[in-house]
Amino acid sequence: MTAAASPPEVLRAPLVVEFPFTRSLGPVQSAFLTGLRERVVLGVRTTEGTVMVPPVEYDPVTAEEIRELVEVGATGTVTTWAWNGAPRPNQPLATPFAWVLVRLDGADTAILHALDAAGPEAVHTGMRVRIRWAEERTGAITDIACFEPHDGPEAAQATAHDGQFADAVTGIVAEARLDYTYSPGRSQTAYINALAEHRTVGERCPSCHKVYVPPRGACPTCGVATTDQVEVGPAGTVTTYCIVNIKAKNLDIEVPYVYAHIALDGADLALHGRIGGIPYDQVRMGLRVEPVWTEGGRHPDHYRPTGEPDADYDAYKELI
Amino acid sequence: MPATSRYARDVAVVAFAQSDHRRSSDELSEVEMVMPVLHQVLARTGLKAGEIGFTCSGSSDYLAGRAFSFTMTLDGVGAWPPISESHVEMDGAWALYEAWVKIQTGEADTALVYSYGKSSPGSVRDVLTRQLDPYYLAPLWPDSVALAALQAQALIDGGETDEGALAAVGARSRASAADNPHAQLRGAVPQGDYQVRPLRTGDCPPIGDGAAAVILAAGDTARRLCERPAWITGIDHRIEAHGLGLRDLTDSPSTRIAAEHAGVFERPVDTAELHAPFSSQEVVLRKALRLGEDVVVNPSGGALAANPVMAAGLIRIGEAAARIHRGASDRAVAHATSGPCLQQNLVAVLEGEPA
Repeated sequence: MTAAASPPEVLRAPLVVEFPFTRSLGPVQSAFLTGLRERVVLGVRTTEGTVMVPPVEYDPVTAEEIRELVEVGATGTVTTWAWNGAPRPNQPLATPFAWVLVRLDGADTAILHALDAAGPEAVHTGMRVRIRWAEERTGAITDIACFEPHDGPEAAQATAHDGQFADAVTGIVAEARLDYTYSPGRSQTAYINALAEHRTVGERCPSCHKVYVPPRGACPTCGVATTDQVEVGPAGTVTTYCIVNIKAKNLDIEVPYVYAHIALDGADLALHGRIGGIPYDQVRMGLRVEPVWTEGGRHPDHYRPTGEPDADYDAYKELI
Repeated sequence: MPATSRYARDVAVVAFAQSDHRRSSDELSEVEMVMPVLHQVLARTGLKAGEIGFTCSGSSDYLAGRAFSFTMTLDGVGAWPPISESHVEMDGAWALYEAWVKIQTGEADTALVYSYGKSSPGSVRDVLTRQLDPYYLAPLWPDSVALAALQAQALIDGGETDEGALAAVGARSRASAADNPHAQLRGAVPQGDYQVRPLRTGDCPPIGDGAAAVILAAGDTARRLCERPAWITGIDHRIEAHGLGLRDLTDSPSTRIAAEHAGVFERPVDTAELHAPFSSQEVVLRKALRLGEDVVVNPSGGALAANPVMAAGLIRIGEAAARIHRGASDRAVAHATSGPCLQQNLVAVLEGEPA
């Protein structure tokens, strides 16, 4: 059966991506971040003799490994700045501040951070600033809470430092969270909406006439839009399956259970589903199944045997 | 063929297509957004998907918030029966470079290059912070506008521009875009308030969704597919140190070196399509590419008129090529960038043969 095209309203839902990347530090970054915890700023001397703060492990010009650590001042000079009138989430200060690149006394390169200042009129390139340390420091760039204006001349020179601290920080956890509003687009919206009505709709390719379930809006063979909606199923045939013996976290399904590819009647592509209502070791290729919706479910909870005779292998072999 | 060819094979852009770039396209999945562009670019050459020798795409999972998002758009290419395909997690200009290399090796005579960016699902300013160094920068969440603003202030301090000149760049770009039906912002657009001072809204690119596609072809195949092929007579890309405090933000040595290797300076160019998402970056690029006032810069409106992230660089190459196709340019330079404050830069020279 062919239905009319879906209305243009598409589904939207919040999508949160969070990842706490655990990263190890090499010897130079470890010394630098441990130093911040101890209110000591370290740089590294390059092959040419210049001092880089923040330090890296390889000379950006010669690519030679560099390890000669030096201590520089906690005061410095702004080399460029930008006034951030509307701080964004997670940025160093919640009140308006200046982004600054600061060349610390004794260093030849600049470090990026925030400057706490009264307003853009209070900031200029060449102004003197000093580090404001975070009260709680863990060995991270955020141990520098921000910079603040500082009335004092350039003084400190880089002095040798062995980079050794008790209880060195060897890794960081880079927490990140990004918020999205996900929309699956026209084709998948129609599919999801139909499922809520306990119907399964695919889309037919106008060129090769294959029916794709779930539809993604395009025929991967012909590279053209699939726009004709086709209701398929509800029953289908198990084309292949596996027996799952590992209990997934937060998933209330007893193992072992069967996960199968199911070719719904009228579809030219098998979809995935769990098989229930039959002992796991009696599931077989060719088994005829139908979807089972639970109360309020937006998709089939599982598929169960219809009781029909098994399908002939020839009837589904192209869909395995 | 161009007499100046420095490569094993002569390769040209023979077709270009792009979507209308819009603030939001949430009624479309990525493949639904990309597919019409693929059909258009194929139609311009008469090639079928199965006749393409190599396919390469550029995009970023971070925009969509989904892993391997590019695999879905392959449905729009027609990737069955199996095709020769690759992907870069970068702007499509770098996908074009990979495709150009593939043709240079003799493994393909034609290539389909496409890229897309659907920025609307997330906050692209925050999303782009995740491409920064994870130890020293990313924990501070400095967004793309903030980093560009640091560069702009360095230019102002250096006496290379001022806020009025930057506003003029934005105004000129959007006025040029009045003739570009695909652009997101066209005509007179208010300069607006400071976003991150010294950059105002008009100095920053619009956030939008869009896609682009290009077809490359070698030698006689290019002549057969296109009346006036845009020969790529030079192409190169370079990168600078990641640390912003290590770099002179008022200059772009990577652009200059790429331009030298691509042969930009050997003869004058009449057109430049520059990927400068911020008005201040056009100042840097004009200097690095030694562009005089006689060169038409961003007649399409550039990234200030439409900046679908991951496609805007490929669009620069496509726009430059399209001007050659229709006889509006004889020798054009196209530029694409990636990363904060013009960290990575690709430069291509496109030439048409004399009529």
